[in-house]
Amino acid sequence: MRKKSKTELWIAFGAVALVYIAVFILERTVNSSHILFTVLKKGAIYSLVAVSMNLLNGFTGLFSLGQAGFMLIGAYTYAIFTMPVEIKITDQVYKYYECAVNFDTGIFVALICAGLAAAVFAALIGLPVLRLKSDYLAIATLGFAEIIRAIFQWDSLGPVTNGANVMRQYKDLTDVRIPFTDIPFPSTLYVFLATGVCVALIVLLINSSYGRAFKAIRDDEIAAEAMGINLFKHKQMSFVISSFFAGVSGALLAMYQFTVQAAQFKSAMTYEILLIVVIGGIGSISGSGIASFLYVAASEWWLRGLDMGRFLGIDSASVFRSGFRRFVFSIIIMLIVLFFSRGLMGDREISFRGIAGLFRPRPKMPGAAKGGGSDA
Amino acid sequence: MPENVLRLQDVTMQFGGVVAVNNLSLEVNRGEIVALIGPNGAGKTTAFNCVTGVYEPTNGLVSFNGETIVANHPRGKMKKLYAGENAKAYLGVKTFDPTPDQITRLGIARTFQNIRLWKSMTVFDNVLTAKHMRAKHNVLTATLRISHREEKRMREETAALLEEQNLLRYADDLAVSLPYGLQRRLEIARALATDPTLLLLDEPAAGMNPQETQELGEFIVQIKNKYDLTVFMIEHHMDLVMKFSERIYVIDFGKLISHGTPAVVQADPRVINAYLGVS
Repeated sequence: MRKKSKTELWIAFGAVALVYIAVFILERTVNSSHILFTVLKKGAIYSLVAVSMNLLNGFTGLFSLGQAGFMLIGAYTYAIFTMPVEIKITDQVYKYYECAVNFDTGIFVALICAGLAAAVFAALIGLPVLRLKSDYLAIATLGFAEIIRAIFQWDSLGPVTNGANVMRQYKDLTDVRIPFTDIPFPSTLYVFLATGVCVALIVLLINSSYGRAFKAIRDDEIAAEAMGINLFKHKQMSFVISSFFAGVSGALLAMYQFTVQAAQFKSAMTYEILLIVVIGGIGSISGSGIASFLYVAASEWWLRGLDMGRFLGIDSASVFRSGFRRFVFSIIIMLIVLFFSRGLMGDREISFRGIAGLFRPRPKMPGAAKGGGSDA
Repeated sequence: MPENVLRLQDVTMQFGGVVAVNNLSLEVNRGEIVALIGPNGAGKTTAFNCVTGVYEPTNGLVSFNGETIVANHPRGKMKKLYAGENAKAYLGVKTFDPTPDQITRLGIARTFQNIRLWKSMTVFDNVLTAKHMRAKHNVLTATLRISHREEKRMREETAALLEEQNLLRYADDLAVSLPYGLQRRLEIARALATDPTLLLLDEPAAGMNPQETQELGEFIVQIKNKYDLTVFMIEHHMDLVMKFSERIYVIDFGKLISHGTPAVVQADPRVINAYLGVS
């Protein structure tokens, strides 16, 4: 019933604008080879795919593990679409195959097509897979993701996918231009803009009538069906939309990495994303965002020293050697799961009402105080 | 339009060797409150589930406003067993096996024996979500807020419905935080939000004390008149059934054993036997 006030909405817009300005200023002032930008870019890309997974797992209650497969489709579609024809006809990339694709498109078109390709594939496998429930759905989607990876490495598809070889020399983040000019677009800002638009669309969807129908399916399928919600149609919708954004994030990952290879999109990648969703809180968009930045920062930056022989100013080549980071990382994750069993955010969202509530004196009644607001 | 809103014809539901509903035929007329009673395990909820599309009946027809909505042919060997001499009536009848949401779309809404509210949602959202089915929007217009007028209309209707049910002050509370009696009432409100013409209530008074039961009975009559409904309910509370329903069907072991006005049913020795055992 409670509708968000106009001021709250403006505060939210202001906060988002501040983030963008901060990113813009950082890119102007800090050396572009700083690890911070790796974390920001990869964190933003992971937050998009984590949010898309959350739409499916957290809001529709479909436990799907196919995210890496859809990212792969997105990444490859993007790479194939944007690689200039001049490179396709030479043997710079397609060394062992004659490239069968004789066109190339702009970045924006390719990003959309990457999402659409993943969405079309999701619609196809959704027909059989979405009849399954819980764990069986997870196993089936995981299986399909592995099948996708195998197909993209298949020799017979070589003229399109370049077999198991690396795809490169497509348009990456350094090729983005400010529209109608030749000035390079700040790359971190570009990733933030692209993921921001996608996440905003997902948030709008979740807060719409369809989002409520998804939540109804998650809470009680039988009641949802009895209230006239077509289960298959809505599950399919959620699956396809989630895959669309996974495809877009796969394309952004390809842009960020400069090269892309099917072998990279293993089920371990899905687990990474699942981990982010669980740490952030199943059913919390802002949780997924925060968790993905924390996860990427920890694994790429803060804990790096554990592998390199020097951590927190302590030099110890015998303890801090390769692999120790994974060990510490696992312990941190276990601690998070133990002490925040519902993730950092639970199913709440960051809201300014909630943040303001933290500074107000707590009501005396036990259990009445809530950390965050009910919606963002 | 035909007089009977709901009509079951030889509905049989078999689970393996158990015949939960056996050749059940009944009619519910427009504007009536009809009760379906019977001892525990008699097959009342199964009969409901056959109507609402949760189960596909082994055999039989269900029609709503004169149109067949659920139909199943007696197949092969079962033909003789279940359809008996009526087998001929099924020749040329198409099979209908609708899903529950299709049934709800036709205007049959239901509540559940064990309350099935959406736990993580507020009272307001529970009712609002039930309006999703009838809303004129698609996923694109809803996401991009092109259909925000539709959303506004849904919200206003929901607020009006909650106001009528005296639930508006709980609008922002989680549905599961309501006291039990109000949860039942909310479930009925949610069913009303789907704009039904026939309301199926599965044990609406379960777990209520006599005072609450009395209030519930009055509430049912009140919404029936207000929304021009036909009510078909399963109930164990005899005071509610006898006082508020116009006709009663009694089933035992899936079979219809008696039907008629409350007075007739009360006096029927077969009903007394079914409830108390043969003396």
